[in-house]
Amino acid sequence: MAEALLTLDAVREGMPANPAFMAVGAMATKAKFDRNELTITVPREQIGAACKAVQAAGYNFFETVTAVDWYPNEPRFVLAYHIVSMTLKERIRLAVEISGENPSVDTITPVWPSANFYEREVYDLFGIHFAGHPNLTRIMMPLDWEGHPLRKDYPVEGYR
Amino acid sequence: MAVLTDPFDTPVLKARDPQNPSLEEVAADSARNNQDPAGDQTMVLNMGPQHPSTHGVLRLLLEIDGEAVISCSPDIGYLHTGIEKTCEAKFYQQVVPLTDRIDYLCPMTNNLAYCLAVEKLLELEIPERAQTLRVLMNELTRIQSHLVWLGTHAMDIGALTVFLYCFREREEILRIFEAISGQRMMTSYFRIGGLSMEPPIDFWERTRKFLKIMPEKIKQYEDLLTGNPIWFGRLKGVGYLSPEDAIALGVTGPPLRASGVDWDLRRDMPYSGYEKYQFKVPVSKDGDVWARYVVRMEEMYESVKICVQAMDRMPDGRIVADAPKIILPDREQMKTQMESLIHHFKIVTEGFAVPAGQVYQAVESPRGEMGYYVVSDGTAKPYRVHMRNPSYATLQALETMCKGKLLADVVAVIGSIDIVLGEIDR
Repeated sequence: MAEALLTLDAVREGMPANPAFMAVGAMATKAKFDRNELTITVPREQIGAACKAVQAAGYNFFETVTAVDWYPNEPRFVLAYHIVSMTLKERIRLAVEISGENPSVDTITPVWPSANFYEREVYDLFGIHFAGHPNLTRIMMPLDWEGHPLRKDYPVEGYR
Repeated sequence: MAVLTDPFDTPVLKARDPQNPSLEEVAADSARNNQDPAGDQTMVLNMGPQHPSTHGVLRLLLEIDGEAVISCSPDIGYLHTGIEKTCEAKFYQQVVPLTDRIDYLCPMTNNLAYCLAVEKLLELEIPERAQTLRVLMNELTRIQSHLVWLGTHAMDIGALTVFLYCFREREEILRIFEAISGQRMMTSYFRIGGLSMEPPIDFWERTRKFLKIMPEKIKQYEDLLTGNPIWFGRLKGVGYLSPEDAIALGVTGPPLRASGVDWDLRRDMPYSGYEKYQFKVPVSKDGDVWARYVVRMEEMYESVKICVQAMDRMPDGRIVADAPKIILPDREQMKTQMESLIHHFKIVTEGFAVPAGQVYQAVESPRGEMGYYVVSDGTAKPYRVHMRNPSYATLQALETMCKGKLLADVVAVIGSIDIVLGEIDR
């Protein structure tokens, strides 16, 4: 297993030729190479541009997007986009940090239509709004459900 | 005898009673409403959720014009049980049985993906024997999952015999699973760091025997189906998916390979020692339901080959990693050694802490790429577990495959993408 590189500067120094880092390194705010997995954090506004850039760099297959709720810390939500390259046989993770106040981020469905259901799922279970999504409705829970179950402050017992 | 008609017999105009229209008036209204000069009237047909050929509780809203499908939107969530949320309340080792229940046709593949992800977080070395057994069980799982697919797919099309034959062989695999783990379907055989127990003595002979007859049986299914003109007519050219669409819509596994994209995680991003096995990845360029049928049938032959290789190279040794604080001790040791008793007590009551971090581990399930994203905050319970399931993404491609085609083809297409609603809804 390759050695871990835990900061942006270390990644910039340690893996300058990585195609994903070359594509989005300029807009990265954080980067981490841990357990053979490269995570690049980009600003919230630039996720669409970052996805286009990694797609152009050969990362052609979008796998999944999900969120992690770090309540009560801020920024509360971290979105993790997993993208794999079928030619390089490599996977990267793009991360976006979002605050807990009116969480919102741009959709990436124009880049990868396959993000459609995944973004709906994140919207349903975490309450994160995806601006520009073609059909942002609940997908798992009933349409009239209140609350977002995968948030950490959602009660796990009791009556509703 | 000629019917005499009165040329002056004009209809008597009489005021219509809106409360009580005559039968003739109702018939005339109905005829007028059914007239559709522009041909722009469509109908919304609700297929499911309790429909035998939707393979679970899938509800499809089909907008149809006559027999042609105009749009098709899946409505899912009927089986949503919040497994991802439940995982957050369990110890790491307690999540393994939950993963069985996501995709009930390939429990071992789910176990493997989850265990590999946690082992990556823990940086555990898995012994060779455990890895080989994992590969063997995974390929047996693939065969039994494909047998269910073939049986139900053929039954949807109208070939009931194949269903009975497939379940005959699947039964033998389930008996092997029962012998090895005590359970037929929800096996939970894998553990973080290895396997739960050593296979019983008769396992080897039994599996060998099964692997010996299996290629003949697959040939038998092909004899029943491949040359059958009805089967060919229902499958060939139906549900076309181009390679570009397949990649854009996130399709993985056999449907992706049937569209001509040569991508298999077992070969391209190997895990559990798959790089040591010789096998072909069947690919077809046709992209239709027929191609998916051919690809899956070929895959079964390849799986049998991998199983045989795994049996031949099965090394001796331990089936769990050497990590006493993570893996439950041997029963004998636990009852005779103080140290082991303490470890047993600690693991059962407190679990084991996993170093903080996040990993994503993908494996090739019978349906495609199954990925587990596990986030740890350094405690004994996972902070977040997310499952990337192949059926969920493949379902998005259903509309592309069905649009403009006949209603009856929707059933064939659903059968060919082999969805499991348990893993879609989770």
